[in-house]
Amino acid sequence: MRILITKGRVIDPASGLDRVADVCITDNRFAAVGERPADFRPDRTIDAAGLIVAPGLVDLCARMMEPGTEGALKVEMQAALAGGVTGVVCPPDTDPPLDEPGLVRMLRQSSRASAGARTYPLGALTAGLKGETLAEIETLSQTGCVAFMQTRSLPHDNSVLLQAMRYAKTFELPLWLRPVEDTLAGAGVAAAGAVAGRLGLPSIPVAAETVALQTIFELQRATGARVHICRLSSQKGIELVRLAKREGLPVTADVTIHHVHLIDVDIGYFDPRFRLDPPLRSARDRDAIIAGLADGTIDAICSDHAPIGDDDKQLPFGEAAPGATALETLLPLTLKWASENKVPLVQALAKVTSRPAEVLGEDTGRLTVGAKADVVVFDPEQSWRVTADALKSAGKTTPFSGYELQGRARYTLVGGDIRLGG
Amino acid sequence: MGTRNPQLNSNGELHHLLSTEGLPKAVIERILSTADSFINVAEREVKSVPLLRGKSVFNLFFENSTRTRTTFEIAARRLSADVFNLDIVRSSAAKGESLLDTIDNLSAMQADMFVVRHATSGAPYLIAQHVAPHIHVINAGDGRHAHPTQGLLDMYTIRHYKKDFTNLTVAIVGDILHSRVARSDIHALTTLGVPEVRAVGPLTLLPAGLEEMGLRVFTKLEEGIRGADVIIMLRLQNERMKGALLPSAQEYFSYYGLTPEKLALAKPDAIVMHPGPMNRGVEIDSRVADGAASVILPQVTFGIAVRMAALSIAASSSRMQ
Repeated sequence: MRILITKGRVIDPASGLDRVADVCITDNRFAAVGERPADFRPDRTIDAAGLIVAPGLVDLCARMMEPGTEGALKVEMQAALAGGVTGVVCPPDTDPPLDEPGLVRMLRQSSRASAGARTYPLGALTAGLKGETLAEIETLSQTGCVAFMQTRSLPHDNSVLLQAMRYAKTFELPLWLRPVEDTLAGAGVAAAGAVAGRLGLPSIPVAAETVALQTIFELQRATGARVHICRLSSQKGIELVRLAKREGLPVTADVTIHHVHLIDVDIGYFDPRFRLDPPLRSARDRDAIIAGLADGTIDAICSDHAPIGDDDKQLPFGEAAPGATALETLLPLTLKWASENKVPLVQALAKVTSRPAEVLGEDTGRLTVGAKADVVVFDPEQSWRVTADALKSAGKTTPFSGYELQGRARYTLVGGDIRLGG
Repeated sequence: MGTRNPQLNSNGELHHLLSTEGLPKAVIERILSTADSFINVAEREVKSVPLLRGKSVFNLFFENSTRTRTTFEIAARRLSADVFNLDIVRSSAAKGESLLDTIDNLSAMQADMFVVRHATSGAPYLIAQHVAPHIHVINAGDGRHAHPTQGLLDMYTIRHYKKDFTNLTVAIVGDILHSRVARSDIHALTTLGVPEVRAVGPLTLLPAGLEEMGLRVFTKLEEGIRGADVIIMLRLQNERMKGALLPSAQEYFSYYGLTPEKLALAKPDAIVMHPGPMNRGVEIDSRVADGAASVILPQVTFGIAVRMAALSIAASSSRMQ
């Protein structure tokens, strides 16, 4: 199968390309990007005039609800494709947690059968994610786990984290860690500050993040383990990551798209749609996130997609499940951030394509000849309203409900297969 | 839920009473002056007025509080409402029914008003957003967030003894972090034009953001109550001693307990308030609690009239569908 995507504005963050060009795909890989070879005879031509052609989005955190909810993954994959997302990293906080090879095989099988985005499973770092004993991470790695994550907070016991880093270093496996010190985070549901104080919400101090980061970095110095920091939220935390990178520690970091846009004040009168994990922090923290994206301290923006049902969200703020549906808003909200902060598209898209792919060490997120042909073709001007009906995901709750957003995928190709817009 | 004030209808009238925050001065003043007219009802032979005749008021207490529930019950009965007490702690919530399902079921029983006490901050907002437009929600205390009728009865008490708010220094002492009463007092005092509101307590019991709310923060009791016209003592719950917030009730009393000696630092005509129930010998010395400056029992009496005012005013507003 030969596909020609022609007349589009082609943006490839990895190479810096940003101009009207042709993209040629043969079988499942890119055959040419730029000029169309004279002998290239397409079986299918996509006219991308007025549209942007970019690498498919690589999302470093999207919950597809399997294992746990049978049939859920197929639905969420449709949401991924509608959002132009061609690769999803699945965290292990499933039910049961992803800590056994059999579960990982089931997830991969279910993913293949769905004909959706590529799946990158994260294995549980510790058995049952309990933070007590190590999961069989090398075995899980052989089954297809790309890294190992402890989801809610660091293991309560620092010696577990130290041994986990040593063991992971043995096999050169990366750890993905949430920078949350559980004893300081406690049962908090909002960021410590004036808003939580006024609303009387149990709060999480910035120190829960900074103490965790200091612990991670100190143990990295001792072990040399590679760590990806998941979901930074505070100005002080970002500064610590900046210093760690300057020092040369093997560390990368991401934020969620919600934290690029929203702050604690947006909680308003206890709106449970704004109950997120990590909690939304102050305007100063949000500005630090934007600065951290600009200077490269923050490598990637993820959706942190969580398709939470109304039953778990229509509750008093502190009792509502944290999270939001986000696979379909990741692209338009990335464009919104770019336009509001005058970030060139080629740089903005890097945070959701080439950089996250590099964090994974995957040969995607780029329009390079020979690479896997994962592509999104989108209309950056197309306005759409975020409503329950407009969203393909089973999760309908997002802080952006009712918003008019710009940018929607017209075609999504995974490995040269047109899975949206065909 | 949006950011529009969910307590007011489109005419700016009180529809739900959820918090003293964002309550316009005129609405607070109307509640206080309406309460004046109810003070005498209690002294009459027939202790009721027919303002809520035929209306059904449901007391929904998701958290136990016999005292607060009783004051709401008395207030509603004196307004001639039909009152139904639901002890949710032991019924539907225990069976796993969701909060909004409970509300739907009770709404179907022709409720006109819900008086809600809930352990989670913000729960009454969720209920107010959910109910049909003719139903009113009164917050009887939610988590650490708000206890607006207590805040209003405190304002009534202060006005009764001090007449004018605009020349007062008011000190709120104790566990402000966990206190919904403190938050409700702070917003009401600020709205009514009190020039100096002070928060007094150890740093473990003071939440972030007090300065942004317009308060002066003191960590020493003596400094915090010096020259004060009004001292509001907060209840210190025993469970605060279990963690690392405070070492012991004894040490707390030594540094933050209100004794006659410390009270002498306030204005000579200062009044001492407490939302109850008191822990004598923990936050307050019996000689102060029972002394001449104490207005703690009048607070309770005023509380009925203020709750009657809040219920009747909210019930009289309508919200278009």
